[in-house]
Amino acid sequence: MPEISYRDAVIRGIAQEMARDNDVVFLGEDVAKAGGVFKATVGLYEQFGPLRVRDTPISEQAIMGAAMGAAMTGLKPIAEIMFSDFFAVCFDYIANEFPKSRYMSNGQTKCPLVVRTGNGAGSRFGAQHSQSVENWCMMIPGLKVVAPSSPIDVIGLLAASVRDPDPVIFLEHKSLYATKGEVPDGEIVDKLGTAKILREGSDCTIVALALMVSRALAAAETLKSEHGINCEVIDVRSLVPLDTQTILGSVAKTHRLFTVEENPRLCGWGAEIVSIVADEAFYDLDGPPVRITTPHIPLPAADILEDIVLPTPARIVETVRKSLGA
Amino acid sequence: MATAKDRAQVAGHAPAGSGLNDDIGEDKRLALYRSQVRLRDAEQRAYDLFLQNLVKGTSHLSLGQEAIAAGFGEAMVKGDLSFCTYRGHAHTLARGVPVEKVLGELMQKDNGLMRGKGGSMHLTSEEHGVMGSYAIIGAHLPIACGAAWRAQYKGDKDVSVCFFGDGTTNIGAFHEALNFAAVWKLPVVFVCENNLYMEYTPIGDVTAVEHPAADRAGSYGLERIVIDGNDADVVYRTAQKAFAKARAGEGPSLIECMTYRHSGHSRADPAKYRPEGELEKWKERDPIKIYRERLKAFGVSDAKIAEIDASVRKEVDDATEVCKAAPMPPLDILTTDVYADGGWAWRN
Repeated sequence: MPEISYRDAVIRGIAQEMARDNDVVFLGEDVAKAGGVFKATVGLYEQFGPLRVRDTPISEQAIMGAAMGAAMTGLKPIAEIMFSDFFAVCFDYIANEFPKSRYMSNGQTKCPLVVRTGNGAGSRFGAQHSQSVENWCMMIPGLKVVAPSSPIDVIGLLAASVRDPDPVIFLEHKSLYATKGEVPDGEIVDKLGTAKILREGSDCTIVALALMVSRALAAAETLKSEHGINCEVIDVRSLVPLDTQTILGSVAKTHRLFTVEENPRLCGWGAEIVSIVADEAFYDLDGPPVRITTPHIPLPAADILEDIVLPTPARIVETVRKSLGA
Repeated sequence: MATAKDRAQVAGHAPAGSGLNDDIGEDKRLALYRSQVRLRDAEQRAYDLFLQNLVKGTSHLSLGQEAIAAGFGEAMVKGDLSFCTYRGHAHTLARGVPVEKVLGELMQKDNGLMRGKGGSMHLTSEEHGVMGSYAIIGAHLPIACGAAWRAQYKGDKDVSVCFFGDGTTNIGAFHEALNFAAVWKLPVVFVCENNLYMEYTPIGDVTAVEHPAADRAGSYGLERIVIDGNDADVVYRTAQKAFAKARAGEGPSLIECMTYRHSGHSRADPAKYRPEGELEKWKERDPIKIYRERLKAFGVSDAKIAEIDASVRKEVDDATEVCKAAPMPPLDILTTDVYADGGWAWRN
């Protein structure tokens, strides 16, 4: 099977949907002629032209508002917010406008749009260009929140997001853009709200998202080879809708739960999963659920500091090993 | 300003009869009058219902500002889109939404526009082109740009009209939207209702320019337009001109309409910050008073005016009774329409 990068998968996913449906339009800062600051939209302007792929001013509120107005009246916009940290300057649309208009209007207003954004750490950009904001988005009723970990999931989940009738926040991880994975030719369409078991195991369940997925898998390899612990690794993929059944089913089998989260600890997405498992599968557990997260601090810029604060394979290995008493 | 033109026309025609030679015409003038009286009576009724504790929550009335909603409402055609603020009852009614649907929502009854799920600040009736009322200052200016972008992209001829107050001109979204609309040449018309107060504070105390909207127009390559917002004819003519420009693909307009609200900012505000005599002075320029005199000058009979007044009053009275008798919303709508599948499920 051919390999492509996560970055090229973004391009292919957008192109697949724009070629399929003329109502899909794309806007953002530097996305058209320049091809995006992460080069994740190169060639779309040339392929689909200036009416469908549009550069905007540095006006995040205008980008989000314009996407919403277009979505309300018949288009299916994809908007790019360059860094997810910038959600903070247009959070009104994320928190108040996209997700509440349908409810407040008793079902009259529709908002079928996708906001793509570069999320997460690893680029040594410091505290305002490196955050993992999935937990900011997950807490808002009316939104859907998706975070792919591989090129094939980028294409399939992006297609599902564009075709979804609700507003979807699509979090691309900046540190994954250069990574590669196998992707078959032809149209790829996935399903939101489906977690994936990437590695089967019997001793514990490790639930991870985005960049943390590959680290969980690496940790699972070490735990097996060096400590004889068989980990089941689940890629959550979609925080809303959340596939709790896959997680609960896994915990029923392994009896232990670990989450690996890049967002800061307080109110991170793993807290919700731990809460659900505690409520609904308490007697399946042989020990306390454990969250492995970034600490509750702003992200530092220096590589030596940033590398310490994110969950690493070594930290995952150590935490799981100690918890299981191995 | 066009008021002088109006006076000249009235004086020049001195007609007994139809006013058919006028650029607006009798039918439209009667419609403009009816609309203003309807907005006035409905808002006054909403206020009276507060006092009876039958309207819940907050409410922001347009008493005194009716000429703007009516003038634009009468200039808009089916398919044109309105984007309103939390002070949006008048703009919603002006697109033909029945009074009982608006009062029902204010009374948070099941017969309301959104069955009580939105309330006074979020009136929405997409079938009438009312694409929502927005309670976060400035949020809807970019949204109106998006609707206009769709029209431009699809070759649709509708115009998006975005109403907001003078206070909105100092929030970032106002400036982002104006620049965006100008650069993309979008068919959107921004209507600033300058009622002299941003909530409780005089707009002049907190704004670097005299005319908070119009004096910023030049920054975005737009014409500086300030009009008498209490004269429905002036508003109507200005709206038509802006709509023609938008439909011709010549881009956005920003129109500052000078007006005054007769009531406080919201239900909770007795408006004690106003200098003595200011309200009385503006009441002399009450848009309905101005327009009644205009109709008479064009030869419309007192009987015709009284007939319109009575029929509007009947609509508002009937609507009030319907709303009083309407049931409260059923509890089962609590969790509907969070997501597009009609429900609220966020997990399996």
